[in-house]
Amino acid sequence: MPEGTKRNRDSTANTLIVAISVSLVCSILVSASAVMLKPRQLENEDLFRKRIVLEVAGLYGPDIDIAETFAQVEPRLVELESGEYSDVADPAEFDMLAAAGDSEFGIAIPSAEDLAVIRRRAKYAPIFVIRDGDAIEQIILPVYGAGLWSTMYGYLSVSPDGLSVRGLQFYDHAETAGLGDQIDKPDWLAQWPGLALFDADGDPAIEVVRGQAPAGSTYQVDGLSGATLTGRGVMNLVHYWIGPDGFGPYLDRLAAEADNE
Amino acid sequence: MSEPRRILIDPLVDDNPVLLQVLGICSALAVTTSLLPALLMCAAMTTVAMFSGAAISAIRAHIPNNIRIIVQMTIIASLVIVVDQVLKAYAYETSKQLSVFVGLIITNCIILGRAEAFAAKNPVGASFLDGLGNGLGYSAVLVIVAACRELFGAGTLLGYTVLPLTSNGGWYEANGMMLLPPSAFFIIGLLIWAVRTARPKQVEKPEYQIHEVHRTEVL
Repeated sequence: MPEGTKRNRDSTANTLIVAISVSLVCSILVSASAVMLKPRQLENEDLFRKRIVLEVAGLYGPDIDIAETFAQVEPRLVELESGEYSDVADPAEFDMLAAAGDSEFGIAIPSAEDLAVIRRRAKYAPIFVIRDGDAIEQIILPVYGAGLWSTMYGYLSVSPDGLSVRGLQFYDHAETAGLGDQIDKPDWLAQWPGLALFDADGDPAIEVVRGQAPAGSTYQVDGLSGATLTGRGVMNLVHYWIGPDGFGPYLDRLAAEADNE
Repeated sequence: MSEPRRILIDPLVDDNPVLLQVLGICSALAVTTSLLPALLMCAAMTTVAMFSGAAISAIRAHIPNNIRIIVQMTIIASLVIVVDQVLKAYAYETSKQLSVFVGLIITNCIILGRAEAFAAKNPVGASFLDGLGNGLGYSAVLVIVAACRELFGAGTLLGYTVLPLTSNGGWYEANGMMLLPPSAFFIIGLLIWAVRTARPKQVEKPEYQIHEVHRTEVL
């Protein structure tokens, strides 16, 4: 390269020109791609969440149209403390995790109650009611809590009387590959449907045992070999969310209503 | 071999960025538990390598020396963000599995290494091919490692069952260690050994040799 151009290239003016134009071109490229792809990304996220809800409900198959099937799912918002339905926000838009950190919509969990180790929770929770004709067929509750390394996010499906499990599925976690991620394995999750949520005294009963659950047990599931702590995390988060600080009041109301009918 | 062919073919085995230069190991450990995310990672990495090479080469005569690295990083980072956005829009679930590792392509030594060592001195076409070659060299290693790990760790390839697992009534007892990061070290180590046995030229000279003591010297 000739000596003249080289000196010119390293001049302050040229440095500024190159720095500014590179930044400008790159920022246009980045913002254009972000803006143009945003609708598609949001749609993906939305479909993914809906798919998980349908999977927990047992309505998902490879050939179904997610948006169409999801139309039969009715999102509702529950005020956790009272267990009543609420209209303070659109349940389909309500972000429970963001609300937990909010001063108006969130509340700190007393550490003695905090089985799921999440510190704060939203005062309201978006749930999904699935009907078969007019009668409620199952209700899907969002649940999350600490595993060994990460927070595990999932959905728990319960019967209309709020007394037994219909299904459990996680959609996000970062547990150990090959050990803790057995919580996603279909044959482990298949043990959950039919389990009783509460014991005779009305306390959360679900238990992830060590080794194999006794045959015919109505509240125990097999432990995950090599992932005792992840399994315990799952048990604790289920206990928290069906307990008095979680959906307990709502589940009580469902049970009372089922009794009256 | 013609020059462009050499630029493209050399990084595959003879000058492989992972096996010879031992770069890009972090992502090679992290994204190779199964084949599908590894393939996506390879595509992302190769795309970034090609276009960053071409872009940096195109303005190489104008980049001032004192802000050289930061200009290269800006270009690389922008391309990585674009690729990440595209993946989130068109391959949502696999990109969720890759999580931060697409973003970490920015810090992948192979990309910046090629920008500095090649694209800053060579024409656009050659730099593009160099990026493609090095991307493919990285991909070759990732695909081999990921195929081994998924096959022996989970008995599947791309999610299809190849070795039926005992837990599902088959005969293959899954090797759980293959799903943990250390197994990638073993596989890459074995690959390096295999390549250096086939190409003894790649074997490094020992940095020092233990001096042999003769009896006469001691006395």
